[in-house]
Amino acid sequence: MRIALFVTCVNDLAYPGTGIAAVRLLERLGVEVAFPEAQTCCGQMQYNTGYPSAAVPLAEKFGKDFAGFDAVVVPSGSCGAFIRDVHPKLVEGAVPPVYELTEYLIDVLGVEQVGAYFPHKVAYHPTCHSSRLLKVGDRPTRLLRAVEGLELVELPGAAECCGFGGTFSVKNPDVSAAMGADKVTHAVESGAEYLVAADNSCLMHIGGTARRSGAPIKTIHLAEILAATRETVNA
Amino acid sequence: MTGVYVGMPAFPTAARAATRNAQLRANLTRATHTIRDRRARAVAELEDWEGLRQAGKAIKDETLAHLDDYLLQLEAKVTEAGGTVHWARDADEANRIVTELIRATGGSDDQPHEVVKVKSMATQEIGLNEHLAAEGISAYETDLAELIVQLGDDLPSHILVPAIHKNRTEIRDIFRERMGEWGRPAPEGLTDTPADLAEAARLHLREKFLRAKVAVSGANFMVAETGTLVVLESEGNGRMCLTLPETLISVVGIEKIVPTWRDLEVFLQLLPRSSTAERMNPYTTMWTGTHEGDGPKQFHLVLLDNGRTQTLADEVGRQALRCIRCSACLNVCPVYERAGGHAYGSAYPGPIGAILTPQLRGTASELDASLPYASSLCGACFEACPVAIDIPEVLLHLRERVGREAKEHGGHRLERAAMKAATYAMTHPAVYRAAENAAVRARKLIPKKVPFGAGKAWTETRDLPELPEQTFRQWWKETHR
Repeated sequence: MRIALFVTCVNDLAYPGTGIAAVRLLERLGVEVAFPEAQTCCGQMQYNTGYPSAAVPLAEKFGKDFAGFDAVVVPSGSCGAFIRDVHPKLVEGAVPPVYELTEYLIDVLGVEQVGAYFPHKVAYHPTCHSSRLLKVGDRPTRLLRAVEGLELVELPGAAECCGFGGTFSVKNPDVSAAMGADKVTHAVESGAEYLVAADNSCLMHIGGTARRSGAPIKTIHLAEILAATRETVNA
Repeated sequence: MTGVYVGMPAFPTAARAATRNAQLRANLTRATHTIRDRRARAVAELEDWEGLRQAGKAIKDETLAHLDDYLLQLEAKVTEAGGTVHWARDADEANRIVTELIRATGGSDDQPHEVVKVKSMATQEIGLNEHLAAEGISAYETDLAELIVQLGDDLPSHILVPAIHKNRTEIRDIFRERMGEWGRPAPEGLTDTPADLAEAARLHLREKFLRAKVAVSGANFMVAETGTLVVLESEGNGRMCLTLPETLISVVGIEKIVPTWRDLEVFLQLLPRSSTAERMNPYTTMWTGTHEGDGPKQFHLVLLDNGRTQTLADEVGRQALRCIRCSACLNVCPVYERAGGHAYGSAYPGPIGAILTPQLRGTASELDASLPYASSLCGACFEACPVAIDIPEVLLHLRERVGREAKEHGGHRLERAAMKAATYAMTHPAVYRAAENAAVRARKLIPKKVPFGAGKAWTETRDLPELPEQTFRQWWKETHR
């Protein structure tokens, strides 16, 4: 099985640690990962801002960049949902099946226990596109519960949007900020050290809000927890 | 549409005030979360909810596809049963028809015209009360929440709970100060307990029910096969209006039709559970034409278009006409919860308003053009909608329309250029890599607070992430090649 990583543009530039974690995790589980270097972006921002025609060349390009692989793994619920749901509406032609990371681990590899160690209190934020578009369900929490040393605590108002919403965060900054502030409050209330999610764009908004207000909560991508081991934690 | 919302600022500006009003936000959060939780429980009781939802969607779609036939059938049946049908193309026409019908019932300078009203979204949409007031006719709202809004010289901010933005103390103050100007004053020493407030409203309204010669209503449904209209309500005040006065005038949007009584079965389950979290609403009133010695002696049905046929012509957008006005989408919407209902600038706030209003009114005004962006696309509204309106899909469709229309007038120039530039860079890997490398090299120069443009909107309340020293791509090159 030849699988390719679609790291996403946000992760490539701002959160390389997530891509690195995904690669280390998959390799640790015996998967051979390829990274087609021509890859860039799925076009979601253009599409969701009201410029679907600007997303077409990117959907076409995605099809070309990932042709010939058996599967594509994406460490982002939002980009994964966009490629799976919207690309077929924009361009014709078969693309390999696209899996969000937790779907790939549980549905394809059939593992819940990935051998991770993360001795911290963690709250899980089910991002809107992961839960409502991809319907990843309890896959992320099943994986988290199997992590050694990790204590999963409940996040109040977990199902509520954090207010990022792509360009929504700049077009409606006040409402977006109010939503983000409430999410941070809930994360702090949960008593967790880390707020974890499978989408760095949401975490960028939540984490940026937390840092500005000095709230005692750190954000982390799920892949980085799953990739952590005793060696990396103690290192 | 209505006069009262004209000249309102675009959504982001109007929402700003609401996000900074702590009392308003607290009122809204408490109320929406209560309804939201109760609704989730009421829906979970039914094993076949998804099936009902799909049935509701299918019935509405079939009806909309043959709307002309069903409307003619309805007209024939209403006429046969002794009612009179009027067709109104827009708000002005509907308001004129209603005014003439009220004047035709008599009245004089000694006994000015007064009408009692059943809570109705259609009459709010056309601004009927304001129009009647300008014509010297007093229209009294009899739904408790509508009464609060009317007495407070306010605008409704929720479809089902128009006074959701007010708490009990604020309501008591409005009753104390204003009831006397409109009729029976509030009792001495009125407290803010719900029972006391309800009793004050009951006494105030009783006078109106017994005196009014004319009632104005909308309808939740119209059954084509018999010409029957249906109103669902919780308080019974609507039924008083629908049965006591001599003349009943119902203003109803043309999309409110269902073909048969059998179809009602589906909606009488979907609507109460979705809106008030009740298994069945307390009052369901049905009326067909006129009957000797029972109910109103004259019945007029004003069928309202007001942008509905143009909405029907849009293949993606027409699903908004399935809406049964349950307000489930408002109660789960995180944007509505923070922005409040007024920011949406129409009788229809929340997610449904964001897609319905720009279709009914068009997107020429700044406010209407801003509504399709008043969503983070979280999808909670679609999940909650009992007739499965894919609100995010319509939002995106309308964003494209707004962008296209803006292009014709030279608007949205920067945004369009930015999107095109992004696509250009993303489809030219060398350009993309160069831009990425430049960003990483300049990472120390990116300020914590950007003073202009999109960066300002972002960094006013949030820190930007610190860019790492190396992109993923660079790491991959070093480790895997």
